[in-house]
Amino acid sequence: MAEKKNLPIGGIITEGGTAHEYATGGWRKLRPVLDKEKCTNCLICWVMCPDSAIVVQDGKMIGFDMDHCKGCGICAEECPDKVKAINMDEEKD
Amino acid sequence: MATTMTKAQIGLTGNSAIAYAMKQINPDVCPAYPITPSTAVVEEFSSYVADGKVDTEFITVESEHSAMSACIGASAAGARVMTATSSQGLALMWEMLYIASGMRLPIVLTDVNRALSAPINIHCDHSDSMGARDSGWIQIYSETVQEAYDNLFQAVRIAENEKVLLPVMVCLDGFITSHAIENISLIDDDDIRQFIGEYKAQHPLLDTDHPVTYGAMTLPDTYIEFKRQQSEAITRAKDVVSEIGKEFGKRFGREYGLMEEYKLDDAEAVIVILSSAAGTTKVAVDELRKAGKKVGILKPRLFRPFPFKEIADALKNVKAVAVLDRADSMSGFGGPLFNEVRSALYELEKRPKVVSRIFGLGGRDYMVKDAVHVFDELLKIVETGKVETLTKYITI
Repeated sequence: MAEKKNLPIGGIITEGGTAHEYATGGWRKLRPVLDKEKCTNCLICWVMCPDSAIVVQDGKMIGFDMDHCKGCGICAEECPDKVKAINMDEEKD
Repeated sequence: MATTMTKAQIGLTGNSAIAYAMKQINPDVCPAYPITPSTAVVEEFSSYVADGKVDTEFITVESEHSAMSACIGASAAGARVMTATSSQGLALMWEMLYIASGMRLPIVLTDVNRALSAPINIHCDHSDSMGARDSGWIQIYSETVQEAYDNLFQAVRIAENEKVLLPVMVCLDGFITSHAIENISLIDDDDIRQFIGEYKAQHPLLDTDHPVTYGAMTLPDTYIEFKRQQSEAITRAKDVVSEIGKEFGKRFGREYGLMEEYKLDDAEAVIVILSSAAGTTKVAVDELRKAGKKVGILKPRLFRPFPFKEIADALKNVKAVAVLDRADSMSGFGGPLFNEVRSALYELEKRPKVVSRIFGLGGRDYMVKDAVHVFDELLKIVETGKVETLTKYITI
């Protein structure tokens, strides 16, 4: 956010993509942990993640954007039953 | 539309005059849901749309909540937006009224004042707009059809002024002004176009080269700053209303201020009253003046923002004031106008006595004799220095 005295009028945000700068990872109580051995790179987690926090490189799931992952556990839930490559672990304080 | 036309004047009802003013303004978007007594505004304006007299996108919606929501969306997109409503319609817009002002969208709404349910009633009082007095909208009250017509053009300028950027509500009395035919002077289309100019939104949503977000959440770290920003804007609006009222006078010969003072200079007893009832009160003042009574009227035109200093200044030499409200705020302590006028006077070293009289709810007639009776009471207060009844209902 800009300086408080120079806040844009009416609470508008005057540029796009600013959600990227706003780290929401601090809200997390559970942290997703990937077991790379088990992962088949089906990318269902990437499709389902509501915060675009699944990091994919060259078609492979390589981890999580922990600045934006809120720990909702949808990725772990959606990871196919035969695979179960994602576990939700208790976040340390 | 016209019923008579003499000497460049034309006979129009308040609603027809508002619809005609909207035609002259030619807004980009008009989302509306008709409701008594403002129905004819929407009805006649939709005819102008259907006949191709305006370029307006007319959006028929399923409720007033949707009407105001569509106004907000269109205004954020960068359009000049107008609508009209009354009573329950305004009440149904409530949630969105605050969003329009909080997002600083210069929407112009005509409120044809009507009582709120229950009991259900379609006639005039100010409980609808008075209920919206804290919604962050600028409010201007009109005594006559001419004032309502003139106020609408000024409202566009006030709302869109870069120091303001807030929605404006132009109020006129349901049936009394909305349905009565009055001879008024119309302004030429070209002159109106020049006066209101073109609207260029600062951050239109449709400018995809410069994407913006409207309606983002703000948490405790910024919300209060945005509200202070909004509060400063509506405070600034007072001077803008004055400037535009003066400019309107220079261009078209009818100057408008924050309030109208009628025979106030040497007045000892004064009625403060809004809208059409001020006209009735003027007749009473003229009669009492003939009998040598020092009586006068203060008719605020701008109610939001409330011109505290100017009102206190206008009443500083008066001995007794009755504030007549066509709405009760159900606080057990008089009407909303009374409370604010009385509060404005608190800063004076020597304050007049101030009483509250609530009148004319649900369209009950307010007659010259009612005003005379209030003046009689005030003159007695002037004489004795004592207030017998601080707050009460009259016209009952």
